[in-house]
Amino acid sequence: MLTVENLRKRYGSQEVVRGVTFRVAEGECFGLLGPNGAGKTTTLKCILGLTEPSAGRIELAGYPVPQAARQARYRVGVVPQFDNLDPDFTVRENLVVFGRYFGLRTADVLARVPALLEFAGLAEKADARIETLSGGMKRRLTLARALVNDPQVLFMDEPTTGLDPQARHLIWDRLKRLVADGKTLVLTTHFMDEAERLCDRVGIMDNGQIIALDAPQALIARSIEPQVVEVYGEGVQRWVEKHGRTLAQRVEFTGETAFCYCQDAAAILDSLESWPALKALRRAANLEDVFIKLTGRDIRD
Amino acid sequence: MTELLSLRFLHIVRRNYLVWRKLFVPSLLGNLADPLIWLVGFGVGLGALLPRIEGLPYLAFLASGMIGYTTMYSASFEALYSAFARLHTQRTWEGILYAPMTVRDVVLGEWTWAALKGVASGAAILAVAYALGLVDGWRPLAVLPVILLVGLAFSGMALVVTALARSYDFFVYYFTLLITPMMLISGVFFPADSLPSGVRVAASLLPLAHATELARGFTVGQALTRPAVNVAVLVAYALAGVLLATWLLRRRLMK
Repeated sequence: MLTVENLRKRYGSQEVVRGVTFRVAEGECFGLLGPNGAGKTTTLKCILGLTEPSAGRIELAGYPVPQAARQARYRVGVVPQFDNLDPDFTVRENLVVFGRYFGLRTADVLARVPALLEFAGLAEKADARIETLSGGMKRRLTLARALVNDPQVLFMDEPTTGLDPQARHLIWDRLKRLVADGKTLVLTTHFMDEAERLCDRVGIMDNGQIIALDAPQALIARSIEPQVVEVYGEGVQRWVEKHGRTLAQRVEFTGETAFCYCQDAAAILDSLESWPALKALRRAANLEDVFIKLTGRDIRD
Repeated sequence: MTELLSLRFLHIVRRNYLVWRKLFVPSLLGNLADPLIWLVGFGVGLGALLPRIEGLPYLAFLASGMIGYTTMYSASFEALYSAFARLHTQRTWEGILYAPMTVRDVVLGEWTWAALKGVASGAAILAVAYALGLVDGWRPLAVLPVILLVGLAFSGMALVVTALARSYDFFVYYFTLLITPMMLISGVFFPADSLPSGVRVAASLLPLAHATELARGFTVGQALTRPAVNVAVLVAYALAGVLLATWLLRRRLMK
């Protein structure tokens, strides 16, 4: 459904996408992960033909991009990072007007509107003005708008950024339904739990390159120790120097919290019994641990 | 070639029309009431003090001049403030480009739409002129295609400014430094003949003087001395504007 080969994008002297290659099969949910500024959004823009790549080859839904990007977009839906719903129109009008940009007849779009609004959980809101919708409703309407042309592949740039937990869960549920219906999904996110939950495969981007590409569970198994004990409290530094470094395979600090990565947490927890001032949280390693191991703990702004 | 002749831009015109229709009544009232107040207030008050100008009663001189001027103002306003809202504040164009539409479609659509809004405003002046008995018969209606061209010239210019704008403040310069001085030297409110020759040459290089001459020729029957030049200047501004705006907006939106 999507092939990207050696994609490069340069702005002036700065190359923000530096040789990205990946494929997304039909019916797959693929996640592009990475810290801010990693090149995710630029990669998406290149794929959609919304900016000219400096080099590389892209094929989307059977069409070469950017040469035939407009034809490819007939088969594509896009949910952007920032809502750009039309504030001058009601919910229904937003769908109808957008459908016309695909050359759809008004009557055909109107016939699809109830199902789209039902899917987006906005059945009661057909005549509501955009400014009366909550953030979650707007995102769901944007999702419905992206489905107006019944696309084969859906692109979502940070689909749940800025939403509360209830709204996020509702979006995740809808995205799972779309994948179950056979749609191909490509999403960017920096929420690792989101990627782990939704994506069949993820590509982790940093500094314009894909540095890891696999199924989330495979990446976790391959890249990192299976158990994590997070230790924090008065004296954590001393405990780490005395015991932590020998008991864990790897210890990392974020602020005052020590992340102890290990094969088996039992020895660490035993040792902490005699350090009552320290608190510990034991959990299985997840994609976020992989992400941080690969991209580092530095803040990206 | 099929790409060049595509009518997809009409989707954009239709979108803007749908928004305008929601505000139809206040918009129409504004279109009619504003020029009526100007014409009656200015024309009757000032006109009583003035002799005939270029063989016309002042009110007829003013009304015919205001047809082109109002078309300009309305098309410019739409292609500046409203278009900038769709470009920047609302990101409407960004959303449109996710569909199988191109920057060219967006610019052609906005260019046409702003020109049509100009025509609506210019036609409102004509309607007022009919109502006041300043024009009669069918001939003045021939000014409508002329003001479509006037609208295209000014909406093309304004879209160039919009493509370069970083904020709404930018447009104040355009009105203060270009539109207002141009209005004063283009024979809209008083004849330009009395102005120094350098100023008259400057006016001839700008589109409003040509719009004014054509509008007077078609509506109140003043003799046209250089109709081909009038049309050529307006066509040149219209085409240069839309081509430059397309190029600039492609750079801005496709980065």
